[in-house]
This record gives sequence, structure tokens and C-alpha cells, in this order.
Amino acid sequence: MGQIEWAMWANEQALATGLILLTGGIVGVAGQFKDWQFAAYGIAAGVFICLLEYPRGKRKNKGTSIERMGQRYLTICVKAFGPLTRNYFVRAGLHAVLSIPGGFMLPTVLGCVCVAIASLIYLLAAIRGEQWEPIMPQVESKQRPGESMKEPPSNPPPRLPAELRRKRQEDAAYVNPIPISVNSV
Amino acid sequence: MGNWVVNHGLSALILVVWMGINIFIFVYFYLFYDLGPQFFYTRHLLGPALAWARAPAAVLNFNCLLILLPVCRNLLSFIRGSCACFRRSMRKQLDKNLSFHKLVAYMIGLMTAVHTIAHLLNLEWLNNSRQGDYDNLSTELSEIGDHSNETFLNPIRSPSTTPSYVAFTTIAGITGVIITLSLILIITSSMEVIRRSYYEVFWYTHHLFIIFFAGLVFHGAGRIVRSQTKDSMYEHNVTYCKDRPLDWGKIPECPMPQFAGGAPGTWMWVLGPMVLYVFERILRLYRSLQKVILRKTVIHPSNVLELQMQKKNFSMEVGQYVFLNCPSISQLEWHPFTMTSAPEEDFFSVHIRSMGDWTRDLISKVNEAEKGGFLPKIAVDGPFGTASEDVFDYEVSMLVGCGIGVTPFASILKSIWYKFKESNQKLRTKKIYFYWLCRETHAFEWFADLLHSLEGEMEERGMLNFLSYKLFLTGWDHSHAAHVMVHFDKDTDVVTGLKQKTHYGRPNWEKEFEDIHNAHPTSTVGVFLCGPQALGKTLESCCAKYSDVDPRKARFYFNKENF
Repeated sequence: MGQIEWAMWANEQALATGLILLTGGIVGVAGQFKDWQFAAYGIAAGVFICLLEYPRGKRKNKGTSIERMGQRYLTICVKAFGPLTRNYFVRAGLHAVLSIPGGFMLPTVLGCVCVAIASLIYLLAAIRGEQWEPIMPQVESKQRPGESMKEPPSNPPPRLPAELRRKRQEDAAYVNPIPISVNSV
Repeated sequence: MGNWVVNHGLSALILVVWMGINIFIFVYFYLFYDLGPQFFYTRHLLGPALAWARAPAAVLNFNCLLILLPVCRNLLSFIRGSCACFRRSMRKQLDKNLSFHKLVAYMIGLMTAVHTIAHLLNLEWLNNSRQGDYDNLSTELSEIGDHSNETFLNPIRSPSTTPSYVAFTTIAGITGVIITLSLILIITSSMEVIRRSYYEVFWYTHHLFIIFFAGLVFHGAGRIVRSQTKDSMYEHNVTYCKDRPLDWGKIPECPMPQFAGGAPGTWMWVLGPMVLYVFERILRLYRSLQKVILRKTVIHPSNVLELQMQKKNFSMEVGQYVFLNCPSISQLEWHPFTMTSAPEEDFFSVHIRSMGDWTRDLISKVNEAEKGGFLPKIAVDGPFGTASEDVFDYEVSMLVGCGIGVTPFASILKSIWYKFKESNQKLRTKKIYFYWLCRETHAFEWFADLLHSLEGEMEERGMLNFLSYKLFLTGWDHSHAAHVMVHFDKDTDVVTGLKQKTHYGRPNWEKEFEDIHNAHPTSTVGVFLCGPQALGKTLESCCAKYSDVDPRKARFYFNKENF
């Protein structure tokens, strides 16, 4: 099982868990269960986990990473937290902590166990050195004419030496009464 | 519309029948629990959630029965074999076994969700009733069972407990949690991303289904869904007594009602398929223990390993596949490979490309063995049948192989070669069109060699127009094009050395289908694809488009291999 990126499975598991916590929470709140506060927590935690886990990370080993539909915007949000979201030890710990309040009430207990499992898989991924890399869109580089054409030319174009360039007096159409020099107006 | 019916009609019919049965079961059991008079008191405690829990349970029974069947590949192979008298289209349905398995799995997931939510509500309301939070009738009903000679209605007997505690201390509760957890793990590891890239995770986690079925069978053993017994309903008139809960046992019209739990019924549904599946696994084990002789190994260019093997009593048909297992790499993993040899040969062979962990390890073990060592032992299960067996039944066949998908067609073409040499009468096929699409031919030199020799054979017998093949190189660039332009006038193709020239880019399927339609206006044409799904959709739509509804005219049947 050498090439497995556990984070990919942990991600699927955590996303499913977010939905399960959310559903359990909704049942607990809508059914006006005793301890409904834990159900409300379940809703909040479920939504948070869904948002955190929706953007898939970039695959290290294999070629193409498949994005989930519309994950571009969430990728930017998740990326903004830097090492907190990149590091899988942090995620494992976060999920472990998030799972605890779910265990106090039946509708959320399944979510609690599933988050705990996702946390364990993330721990495994972190131990193997995996990291969350965002899948950034490929920027289309416009066809530039080339680096050297960015600025105006710094050297004049090559010309023949001045003596050969000067027009011959015999060929001139007329003769200037005032001699022309570089500094004359 | 007519074309759609011809090509998809039977699949649609099966789906409609399956969905129809699901709906029927759901509605039947919903009404049974929602209207049945024996559940009147149960419904008082639980409301509509009783029916909403029991109806999905019934649908789950049905679907758990179905889910094991499509993966019994030996059984399916047997049915395919004995379907000789059935129409061609019937056998095609058995190709779609994995799609059906997934569909049933989705239904199981959905029904589990509904069932679980309804039971969450049930447990909460049962607990509240026990604690006397609701009306007198509920409290009275929940108290039945506290004294001797009473049979309880409310399975929660303690007045000071929580639904969580009840869930984990009843058989139904604890099995329910365990099997739902197994189901979730199975589903998350079966997502396409995980399955295609990390096959081992998918395969090993999927074996949690054993826990799933074990828990499922015992899930109802606690008999906690209670209903009023027949005798009790005779003695205790519900319509009169429901308004007088405090008088029960004190007045002659209303003795204490008696309740009994429903017997567990799931085992009746799933026992048969479970037994069949156990047979299937035993059969696979038995076949795998038989000795396999590795006759020859060849390493082709681009790291393609050819294994030629022999096994006693092994007989194959064209295009079938086998599962290989190499105990020295992994005891439990079996991987499918299409066979590339023809049935007429005295060995069977597979060509293995380095695609993942297992294949890489196998190739490196064989490499080491060549330097002086022992070849790894291989176990074989199979052969299993796929659509290519039907190739010779069609008068005209269109074979499309993409990249590595060309392998089943190696077997077919070789078999044709042999059948010709023997002038085999079984060959109904009059014409074969072969399309080979790949990015570059490097990994498939072995296949190009095969085509070479076929070309030679056909030329010798003057049958050059039996097989017409077109090669399409989809990964060409300017240097390719320049090279081709220079050598345009040569007799053989520069890339493959074959007489028929290589085309560049992708084929224009509409034109190909139209040409074949015009060339064979009254034939049934079988279209066989081994390649990506996108191409499958294109071909399927072309088949539908160019098929005439009239059975006497040209009709295209699409068959897809799936691995």
C-alpha cells in the first residue's frame, strides 16, 4: 500500500461526517429533543467541517488532481489560514476535539464516531508527511513577444561610420548659408 | 426515440421494475404500520415515525438481498453461458452488474438515512413517554410491563435513562450503530477518486460488508417493535378504552392490553444471497489453489510484462479475463487482467503494464528472477466472461480499443487467425473493422507485431478485406507530421511498419458509422469498446443514431467492457 495518500480518504470521510453531523443536528433541533443544545452544536460543527473539507487538496504522487465542483472559492478561504489548514496534525487534532461534544446525544453520536475516525486517518496521513496543497487554477500566460522586447531599445541601430553616412556636398540640392552643427537650433 | 428503445430498452425496463418493486414495498409496509389496528397504541407513542422507520426497513431488506448478487461473478458467468438460447441483449445486461451494484448501494444508503432518522425520533419520544412527559395514555402505555403478567409496549423500561444509553444497550441499537458505521466507511472508501487511485484501500475496507451483514441479521433479534396481540385486541376494545387509560384492569371492558414483538424477518431475505456469495468465495479460493505453471515470461518495451501460463482444466473463450494473485506480494489482493491469448493455443497469457503498486512489484520480481532467482508463484481465478465472447455472433463487428484497452482484441484477432487456419465453421463473422486509438505506440509494439503477422497471413490467403483496421495516433505533433510527409510515398507505414497507414488525431465516428451502415445495409453490427467512458457515450449515441428500428435493416448494438 505504498502509494496511498491517506489524506484523500480522510477527506472523503470527513466530508461525509460533516453531512452526518449536520443531519443529526437538524433532527435534534427540529424534533426539540432534550439536550437540543448539542444538536445545535452538531449543526454548526457539521457546516464548519463541510466547508473546511470541501476543497480537495492536490495529489502529491499521481498526475491530475480532480477538483470538486465549485471548490475554487473555498480553496482560497482555506488557503488563507496557512499552516493551520496545511498541516494534517492540526486537522487531526481539530477533528478529535470537534467530535467530543457530539457524543453526548444520540442523533449526533454517529457523527461523533465518524469524525473521530476521520481524525485518526488524518493523523496517519500527517505521520506519513502529507500536507494539504491547494489546487490553484493554471494562469494562462499571455503570449509575450519576448523578454527583450519589453523596453525601448537602449542602443541605436547599427549604422555605417559617420564619414560615409554624411551626404556628399556635390550631391546636395542646395547649399546652406549657415553651417549646421549639432547644437544649432 | 425508436433507436433509444432498441439500444437501452431492456436496461430501462429493469430499472423501472426495480424501482417499482421498491416503491411498492415502501408503500405497502408504510400503510401496514400506519393503518394496522394492532399498532394503534404503538402509533400513539411514536406517531408517523413508526411507519417511516418500518417502510425503509423493508426496502432495505429487499436491496440487501440484491446487492450481493451482481458481484457473484462465477454465478453470472454461469448464467451467461447458459443463456445461449436467450437474445443477445439479455446477456448484455449482465455486463452492467457493477452499475447495478452501485445503484442498489445508493438506495441502501438513502434508506438507511431515513430509517435512522425515524428511529432517532422514536427513541426520543419513547424515552419522553416513559418519563411521563406526555398525556395520560402515553404514560399508562409506557408503564405496562412494570408489574408481573404484563407484556411491555415501550421497550424503554427504566424511567431514568437517556436515548443514547438505550441505543447502546439494546441489540437493535448497538447493531444499528455498528452496521451504519460500516456502511459509511464502505461508501467513503468506494468513491471514484479513492477506488481508481488507491484500490487497496477500497478493497480491504469493502470487506466490512461482512460485519454489515452479520449485524443486519441480528438487528431485529431484540423484537422491540411491539404490537398488540390478537387475543388482546379481541378482549380489549381499543376505540372504547383509549379514552380511559386510568381504568384499565379495573373495568371488565378494558383488561390490560398484551403486546408482543415482531419476529426478525431480515434473515429470510438475505440468507439465500449470503449462502450464494459464500459459495462464490469458496469457489474462487478453490480455483486459486490449483497449480499454475509459469511457462514463459517476456518483458516487452515500455515495461510491459507478458506472462504465459498453464493450468489444468483451464479453458477460455476470447476476450475473457482472469484474476491474478501473487501471494509473495500480497495474500489477499486479486487483480483483473484480460487474456491476450486465443483459446486455440495451449497456454493462456496476459500482458501486464506497470500501473500501480502491485503491478510494479510483480514486474520487478520477474526482473529479479531473470537475473537468477525464482519466479514468483501466481494464482489464477477465472476465466470470467465479458462481452467480447459475442464478437463471432455478429455478421459484422466493429472493435474499438483505446490504449491498454486493446488487449481483449489481441485475443480476438489471434483467435480469428487460428480459426481461419482451421477453416472453423463457427465463425459467423464476415467482416471486422478494427479501430486502435492510442497516444503513442511505444507500449504496444507487441500488438503491432501481432497485426503484422495477421496481415501476412491474410495476404497469403487472399483475404485482405476480411479485417480492415485503422490506427489512430492521438498524440501527434509537428515532428510526427513532418516525418510522415517525407515518407508519404512508401508502401508501409513509417510508424508501425504495417500496410495500412496510420491516421492522426481522433476518428470521425459519424463518418465511420455512416460508411459501415452504407456498406452493410441489412446486417446486425456489433460494436465493442474497451476504453474510456467518454468514448463509450459517443459510440453509444452513434449506435442509437445509425440503427434502424426495422429489424431487417442495419442495427448497431453497443457492448462495453468494464473493469
